[in-house]
Amino acid sequence: MHLTSFLQNGQLTIVLTGEIDHHCAKKYIGIIEGKIEAYNPQICVLDFGDVSFMDSSGIAVVINALRAMSRIEGKLMLSQLQNQPLKVFRASGIDKLVDIKEVLT
Amino acid sequence: MKFDNYMVLEFPSRSCNEAFARSAVGCFAAQMDPTLEELGDIRTAVSEAVTNCIVHAYPEGYGTIVLRCRILKDNVLDIVIKDKGVGIDDLEQAKRPMFTTGGSDRSGMGFTIMESFMTSFDVTSCPGKGTTVHMRRKLQRRK
Repeated sequence: MHLTSFLQNGQLTIVLTGEIDHHCAKKYIGIIEGKIEAYNPQICVLDFGDVSFMDSSGIAVVINALRAMSRIEGKLMLSQLQNQPLKVFRASGIDKLVDIKEVLT
Repeated sequence: MKFDNYMVLEFPSRSCNEAFARSAVGCFAAQMDPTLEELGDIRTAVSEAVTNCIVHAYPEGYGTIVLRCRILKDNVLDIVIKDKGVGIDDLEQAKRPMFTTGGSDRSGMGFTIMESFMTSFDVTSCPGKGTTVHMRRKLQRRK
């Protein structure tokens, strides 16, 4: 698990990598919440381009990020989803709550 | 039941074994020549079932998880994941989407995902004795 982020024009982009499961989800949730609280962005983009696998723990990561963004009245987006994580998001219906910007095919 | 091949794994309910379990099943299933999507579905369902054992079965510490995979005729992968933990009191409630007794790092979508990603899915539980998840996935034969 490895995470980088950058802030540009009020948009915080957080790049997630590797496989997201329960083993690392708690750490991800804490780091993402910390960054949102520190930078107060209008938009937060979770970049899933390098996430090759995710189970329902990834849904909890997104729900917690969504809560953190709604506390500061900001918007959350997901980008660059590969097929497997996208399928998990669709099965959970979370794709109806969060904007999914780009999908990798 | 007639089967072509099988494997059995036993490991403690430590969260670092989630990745190990789904990778092991993925490697075992590789001989069935699955598509990437089928492999992703199987790995996801195994990860959910094993995570449930790790999060819920042994609240007092670590216990044993047994994972068995068999290849049945007609290209069916049969997976059983079993613990000897506390069991589930109310299965119907546990299966409901978004229901969880875990913390905010759990989504309550595990059973829903297992059910929708596999061809068949069944869970039996005996409070105080443990829980068994039994699922099957029929793989398309590639021409």
